[in-house]
Amino acid sequence: MMFLQGRFLPVAVQKKSEVRSSDLAFLMALRGLALILILGFTSIVFFLYFQSRPLIAQEGLSFFWGREWSPADNRFGALPFIYGTLVTSALALLLASPVAVGSALFLTVLAPHWLRRPTAFLIEMLAAIPSVVYGLWGIFMIVPLVRTFQVDLQNVVGDVPLFSGPPLGVGFLAAGLILAIMILPTIASVCREVFGAVPTVNFEAALTLGATRWEALRMAVLRASVPGILTAVTLGLGRALGETMAVTMLVGNRAVISPSLNSVGATMASIIANEYPEAASDLHLSALTAVGLALFVISLLVNLGARWIGTFYRRKMGF
Amino acid sequence: MSQVLHFCIVFGVWASLASTQASVLVNGAGSTFAEPIYSKWFTEYQKNEKGFKFNYQGTGSGAGIKQMIAGTVDFAGTDDPMSKEDIAKTGPVIHVPIAMGAVVVSYNLAGVEKPLQLTGEVVAKIFNGQIKKWSDPALVALNNGVKFPNSDIIVVTRSDSSGTTAVFSDYLAKVSPAWQGKNGKTVEWFKGSVGQRGNTGVAGYIRQTPGAIGYVELVYAKQTGLPFAAIQNKKGQMILASVESVSESAQGVTEEMVKNGFKLSLTNSPRDNAYPISAFTWMLVYETLPKGKGEGVLNFAKWAIKDEAQAMAAKINYASVPKPIRDEVAKALAKVKLK
Repeated sequence: MMFLQGRFLPVAVQKKSEVRSSDLAFLMALRGLALILILGFTSIVFFLYFQSRPLIAQEGLSFFWGREWSPADNRFGALPFIYGTLVTSALALLLASPVAVGSALFLTVLAPHWLRRPTAFLIEMLAAIPSVVYGLWGIFMIVPLVRTFQVDLQNVVGDVPLFSGPPLGVGFLAAGLILAIMILPTIASVCREVFGAVPTVNFEAALTLGATRWEALRMAVLRASVPGILTAVTLGLGRALGETMAVTMLVGNRAVISPSLNSVGATMASIIANEYPEAASDLHLSALTAVGLALFVISLLVNLGARWIGTFYRRKMGF
Repeated sequence: MSQVLHFCIVFGVWASLASTQASVLVNGAGSTFAEPIYSKWFTEYQKNEKGFKFNYQGTGSGAGIKQMIAGTVDFAGTDDPMSKEDIAKTGPVIHVPIAMGAVVVSYNLAGVEKPLQLTGEVVAKIFNGQIKKWSDPALVALNNGVKFPNSDIIVVTRSDSSGTTAVFSDYLAKVSPAWQGKNGKTVEWFKGSVGQRGNTGVAGYIRQTPGAIGYVELVYAKQTGLPFAAIQNKKGQMILASVESVSESAQGVTEEMVKNGFKLSLTNSPRDNAYPISAFTWMLVYETLPKGKGEGVLNFAKWAIKDEAQAMAAKINYASVPKPIRDEVAKALAKVKLK
């Protein structure tokens, strides 16, 4: 019964005669379940790799920085989609993070008690809304708002590079906005947990030492929560990178690389959603899978990067 | 033990009852454009034909053909004829033209009551990004008395691969040299245009965006009450899409249809009153069918091209296929073997 050793069973139980069959069955069941996870992950990696091989054989690695996407001519470059994904996700993070952190801070530390529970519940409800519903809402609410903003801005300040081009409503800006709203509850609810875990005595101690509320918040709560906030932001980013339905409905769906937020664009997830159902040739299918592979790799890198930053901070602050 | 026995008996009786009552299930998949007409037809057809149950999934024409190749469906629907390579994989297939559709050019222009009048060339230039403003002289010249705004034309197209795009771009390629070789289910549209998913996506964007123009299926535009433009046909007539003007574009092409195995592009028809962006939608039937299921497919196909079924289709804005063509199709279907 070598495999039953280790942390799983207390030392006293590890004698052969005393291993109960129910414990054994339980262990085997858990192992099986864990194995399913690993199998799922590896099979996704293998699937993506093998399906995208024909395309990578033809285009080489330049696929990942090719600017042209033309299924009719069998030319495939993924850069516009990588660009679109990164721009919309970055915009979403930029807009959502301060709001999410701020509202979580308010709810855990400053809000009156009767307000905390219902508001927290509302935020969690927001996270449960299906993305297609966000997309619909985005089309009817966000797009007209964005267009009005674009028109007014051009009337008032004229053409600025970040907001140049015709006011289309849909595009990077609209997609970034909807993503921001979608990841806001994710970040906020994790941050709430994080702030909640900071001992209240620290905050109160700071106050008694004569710190203002802001100073106490900054030193006793925020500083201790940096790794947690980073985790929350990473979770939000993960959702933003892979979000498909709502983005497809709002991004304008053109393989364009433009510095203007008014411009339409496309993301890695949106191009797959758009072209997979009727992909004409095997190479086209392979190219779409390769885009999926790129998305997978980028998500992985982002996650690893965030983890690294988290550990870095933890070390630096001596946790 | 007695419980197990009891269960076995009940289950056995239930199973045998179910199997005697079950009808043969016939599966089809493909064109989303044709999905509403199939489901309408199935409901009517099954009232009299109790032996078969029909099921159709609107997965898209391309996906339908892939399923024909894989043999996972008994028939497929497509708006785009099969390629030679695909037919080599499926074996001989009859293209049964079951109905006709059209692509219309819809727009959002406040204060314009009457349908816009457009020529093929102007449409091609708008969707190329060459005509950029509503106040363009070419548009003004075609539409006497219409007050155009001096705003940008916002072009919206399908972002998903689609039969609608294939028909529309096929037409553009016929009327404008600049479009030749660029047609297909996915088109590289110019950079300033907007892509939306599905007819609903395109129509929704047009509805919301002043100055937008795009293309949707006639059935969809009719159902939702979107305004659409009259298009000048090959004979120089300005024609609004309707079930009549769409059917008209398939008049007089019977011989050509038979020669091509019923596959034919109808865009830019030379008929006087024909709407120029019209197309067939086909039901794909194997030339040799298995007994049982095959009978269901064949009988349904024969029924679908009868006057009665075609009239039903016209009621929901699918134009009917002209009688001479359907007579020829009936002859071809009579030759289908059941094995």
